[in-house]
Amino acid sequence: MSKSSLKQTLKNLESKKISIRELNQDYLKRIKEKENLNVFIHFSEENVLKQIDNLEKDNSAKKLKGMPIAIKDLFCTKSMPTTAASKILENFNPTYESFVTQKLLDEGSIFVGKTNLDEFAMGSATNTSFFGNTINPLSQENEPLAPGGSSGGSAAAVAADLCLGATGTDTGGSIRQPASFCGVVGIKPTYGLCSRWGIAAFASSLDQAGIFSHNVEDASILLQSIAGFDQRDSTSAKVNIPNYFENLDDDLNGKTVGIPKEYSIDGTPMEISQIWEDAIKVLEKKGVKIKNISLPHTKYALPTYYIIAPAEASSNLARYDGVKYGFRSDEIDSLDEMYENTRAQGFGREVKRRILIGTYVLSAGYYDAYYLKAQKVRKLIADDFNKAFKECDFIVTPTAPSAAFPLNEKQNDPIKMYLNDVFTVPASLAGLPGISIPFGKDKNNLPLGIQILGKHFDEQQVFNAAVSLERSYE
Amino acid sequence: MKIDKNTINKIARLSRIKLDDKESEDYIKDLNSILDWVEQLNEVNTDNVEPLSNISSSILPKREDVSNDTNSSEEILENAPDKLEGFFAVPKVVE
Repeated sequence: MSKSSLKQTLKNLESKKISIRELNQDYLKRIKEKENLNVFIHFSEENVLKQIDNLEKDNSAKKLKGMPIAIKDLFCTKSMPTTAASKILENFNPTYESFVTQKLLDEGSIFVGKTNLDEFAMGSATNTSFFGNTINPLSQENEPLAPGGSSGGSAAAVAADLCLGATGTDTGGSIRQPASFCGVVGIKPTYGLCSRWGIAAFASSLDQAGIFSHNVEDASILLQSIAGFDQRDSTSAKVNIPNYFENLDDDLNGKTVGIPKEYSIDGTPMEISQIWEDAIKVLEKKGVKIKNISLPHTKYALPTYYIIAPAEASSNLARYDGVKYGFRSDEIDSLDEMYENTRAQGFGREVKRRILIGTYVLSAGYYDAYYLKAQKVRKLIADDFNKAFKECDFIVTPTAPSAAFPLNEKQNDPIKMYLNDVFTVPASLAGLPGISIPFGKDKNNLPLGIQILGKHFDEQQVFNAAVSLERSYE
Repeated sequence: MKIDKNTINKIARLSRIKLDDKESEDYIKDLNSILDWVEQLNEVNTDNVEPLSNISSSILPKREDVSNDTNSSEEILENAPDKLEGFFAVPKVVE
């Protein structure tokens, strides 16, 4: 794991140990050296230098002034194209800035580039991107590994130290799972904490923006910067955003951690069960009470998710019709043919699969049997967590059922691919905050992640537990 | 088998996605295996359970009903693949 730290870099800038230009030139150099990882869909040195010029002329104090930040290419940005890793948006230049990226710009951060992802965030390996795979920076030369997904480019950007933080989005695990695969910190906050405005929509009742960083302290600083109410997102929450960083407290004495027995799943590698036990032991030593809890509907979370997410996706992606923006097919003898050819040629295989399944489960005669049923099970899953959180302050589980796997390994069987999200999806359905932190390695020296889940809008508790575990591990 | 050739053609048509024969066959296989897998939800008793569509715990806020001037027609049309005199242009729909 890299030793970089956004917090330390801010101090170094303040004490003039380093300048904004020197810092970012260092990052530019590394980005160019690591081009082979295919981390960025869009990178322009000129654009970064322009941002440095502008900041040098700006005398105002800004919280993230000069910090090199990478942006998942699902966030609309005025200064850079936005593709969602899809051919259908290959030449899309947004005329507006997403809420999250605007907040980061207001704080003075520098956008180093737009990171690769699974097409429209649909995948767990960043291998459904129209712009090719991203390679996990921890790969050995002879065996390239997947960085996880969908925010694999952002996770890899932090892991390879090509930025001091990155944005991601998490619908079913798309921040936490790649964070685990790449050995970095990744937090998905409570649904509604960060505005979805300006993020290409996948499944709107689940999509949530979040942060990748080198450590928990940095995540707490960056999350505070992107959180906040926004009236342009109808599910944006009007809640007070505490100063997570100032309030960080690694003393967990007297707290209770919930350990859900349903997360012991057959076939989970020994090493993953082992780091889970290790984390529990560390917490016990810190005076945390261990409480075995039950989340009885856990096994139904994945099938529920794979009805709800494609259903919402099929509706959201109806907007890509070759009329308003993006790609349009040349074969356009009639309007219908234009739609059908544009979408056939513009979308990749996984995206089409999800649109088709979503259309089916929403179609007349099947809506109740699939979509409505899934929404009811979703209620039961959310209720499981509500009950569990009456008995504990936070929940600890593994993040993913494996370490990073070789690129292209899991492509053929969709259900096998979907199992990557087994530990992350339940909290997504319940809208809960979750963080993944690196905690231990497997026999091949690849990082493994521990997930900490909290109550709605209790990101502070999630950060406190995470920083405590992180400090015990270092 | 829930999805056959006719069903996949119908869904593809509803989705406005043209599929060739090879793709249709692949998707028939994929969709059937996914639908078989999600069948397990039928094991769960959901009598008297309210469907959960929005987990946002706060009440949806209202905004002031005031006009704003964001989105000029030039901006909206800026990314259009084809435009004509301030409008989106599409293939002819009436003869």
